[in-house]
Amino acid sequence: MIPLEHYLYLSIILFCIGAMGVLLRRNMIILFMCIELMLNSANLLLVALSKFHSDNSAQIFVFFVMLVSAAEVSVGLAILVMLYRNKPSTQIDLWKKLKE
Amino acid sequence: MEIAFYVLAVSAILSALAVVFAKSPVYSVLWLILTFFTIAGQYVLLNAQFLAAVHVIVYAGAIMVLFLFVIMLLNLNIATEPVKPVYMRAYEIVGGCVLCLTMVAAIHTSSFEFTPVNAYDNSIGTIEKLGVTLYNNYIFIFEVSSLLFLAAMIGAVILAKKGDI
Repeated sequence: MIPLEHYLYLSIILFCIGAMGVLLRRNMIILFMCIELMLNSANLLLVALSKFHSDNSAQIFVFFVMLVSAAEVSVGLAILVMLYRNKPSTQIDLWKKLKE
Repeated sequence: MEIAFYVLAVSAILSALAVVFAKSPVYSVLWLILTFFTIAGQYVLLNAQFLAAVHVIVYAGAIMVLFLFVIMLLNLNIATEPVKPVYMRAYEIVGGCVLCLTMVAAIHTSSFEFTPVNAYDNSIGTIEKLGVTLYNNYIFIFEVSSLLFLAAMIGAVILAKKGDI
């Protein structure tokens, strides 16, 4: 039986790789993918904890996280297509003025 | 079983790193699909068969196809990222590693009792048990999520539509 700590470490490492990708890359599509990676590491942790507690409510929660991330990606990629029509590039730096 | 966990864990970490460091977005998407398959393998090892199937269908089947479709549609398969200075990249990599180290150290030094509270029940991940839980305790959230999908669908169509609405 694999100890729970190893699942914790695996999901921490995956989460940090996702966070590092958000810091490191400037391409909007890759930023989306790194966010998906972080959501997936949280899902993995929830499933591991649901097994270790013998409670399947956490798996229902994972189901809803998947659902919300599917909705998020569809709207996010639509926004990306809209932005691409204005400036034909996916570099996030070009939209700096949105934060002002 | 334990060897399978470690093989899947190492391949998940390596392919996640490849997602971040790949030059072209198309390669990133393909590496991310591999990462999702390894995570689905972890779900199977954790006896969450239904979630493993849903994960493969939703992520590898739908979300990744959406990503690939946008990349092909906008013709983004050429790497056009501006090169950042080396010190900036070094700061960002060190920042990610320090975040990882902090969380691992916090888990390592914590005094949680990592022993299971109940006896293992290998049937909790079956579609029957999950369905009973979903439609008894979480039926309201399930219905609200259908509204969320409707809103997302309308939003995506309106945002991506050319010209006036």
